[in-house]
Amino acid sequence: MPEPTVRQMPVLAADYFHSYSVVGLLAVIGVLFVAVAFGAGRLLRPVVPTPEKLLTYECGVDPVGEGWAHTQVRYYVYAFLYVIFAVDSIFLFPWATVFAAPGYGATTLVEMFIFLGFLAVGLLYAWKKGVLEWT
Amino acid sequence: MNDALDVAIRLVVVFAVFMVLPLVIGQTEHKVMAHMQGRLGPMYAGGFHGWAQLVADGVKFAQKEDVVPAAADRRIFQLAPAVALLPYLLVLVAVPIGPSEGAVGQVVDAGIFFVLAVMGVGVLGSLMAGWASANKFSLLGGLRTAAQLLAYELPMLLAAASVAMAAGTVSLPGILNAFHWWWLPWQIVGALVFFIAGLAELQRPPFDMPVADSEIIFGAYTEYTGLRFALFLLAEYAGIVVLCGLTTVLFLGGWHGPFGADGLGWVWTLLKTAVLAFVVIWLRVSYPRLREDQLQKLAWTTLIPLALAQIALTGIVKVAIS
Repeated sequence: MPEPTVRQMPVLAADYFHSYSVVGLLAVIGVLFVAVAFGAGRLLRPVVPTPEKLLTYECGVDPVGEGWAHTQVRYYVYAFLYVIFAVDSIFLFPWATVFAAPGYGATTLVEMFIFLGFLAVGLLYAWKKGVLEWT
Repeated sequence: MNDALDVAIRLVVVFAVFMVLPLVIGQTEHKVMAHMQGRLGPMYAGGFHGWAQLVADGVKFAQKEDVVPAAADRRIFQLAPAVALLPYLLVLVAVPIGPSEGAVGQVVDAGIFFVLAVMGVGVLGSLMAGWASANKFSLLGGLRTAAQLLAYELPMLLAAASVAMAAGTVSLPGILNAFHWWWLPWQIVGALVFFIAGLAELQRPPFDMPVADSEIIFGAYTEYTGLRFALFLLAEYAGIVVLCGLTTVLFLGGWHGPFGADGLGWVWTLLKTAVLAFVVIWLRVSYPRLREDQLQKLAWTTLIPLALAQIALTGIVKVAIS
């Protein structure tokens, strides 16, 4: 029955845009708040810069080398893992809203266990490979 | 015109809540921590038990010189506090506090999805601060923040998905309408995972490795002073409000209470949120900081498997009863 769908569509769309425009308005208020706070701060505070003040702070002694230093990034593998898992998990939400609807039931449940199985195997594999060890 | 007024009032209320509740929690933290440690805490400002301490702090912060290090990436450095703070304001608008249609800033259909997505933005502020400061300690803090976000976002997402499955909707008022008391034991594992992961995302003790003062000064916020520093602190406490509010709505039944749900619904929401906020403070006093590797281990080898188990349990029970 396409007709009721057509009739409902504009209303739904209007609601949708209304709710996000309110969110947008709140964002504008938030930005204004920060702008006013920073502006007021500019008027209230003293400005007396000296070279010592503008130096990078490292426990009181003069900084050695640059601030953007080399460091050992141990967790780039975590980042990969996260991306893989997070992309998977996103699909849970639309599925979660319908999986128990009449007519699905057992089928979706089996599907869920296959999905969880994939995630669990992936995690176990990463664990076994030693990716989850820090050192 | 009426609609516009309605929206305006809602926005003002949300903004007021956003300004006031974090301060209340901050002051409570001063006093609760002090008494748990056998101290008195602030007693002077305002006269009565130092109630105006945070107001005094605010006045002090506003008058302090704003120092941007010469080596820093100026624009990003100055913008970071705003990026850290504003997402929590946006999340508050979607949190329902009472049973009626109007007892929420604005019903957002995408509910959980919207809330988790926007909360994730807040951590970008810490990353920007850590990178733009051009300070080794800030950089380390920023990277630790990134690692922590990656590790704990996932269990949080999975635990929230479990509630969405139980309710059959992602809308926050929809979840509360579907709530029954027996969800409490049913979703308890998910609730714990969500709350712990949320604490870690806020970098609250015992998950405060990114700002560990004994090792990296104050992590990503080392170079900040005055108003910008204050905004970072405000973001932390606004984060507590949002986390406790969301845990209340998703797992503890929000406005549902043993009695008086219709008239007093919002009291239940506030009460549960307050109790959770107290727990957040309590944990800070009770537990030592986790080491970086312990942090990662807890997330990947404990919380994520637990969250997956919770999803399996939710799925089985839900299909069994429907």
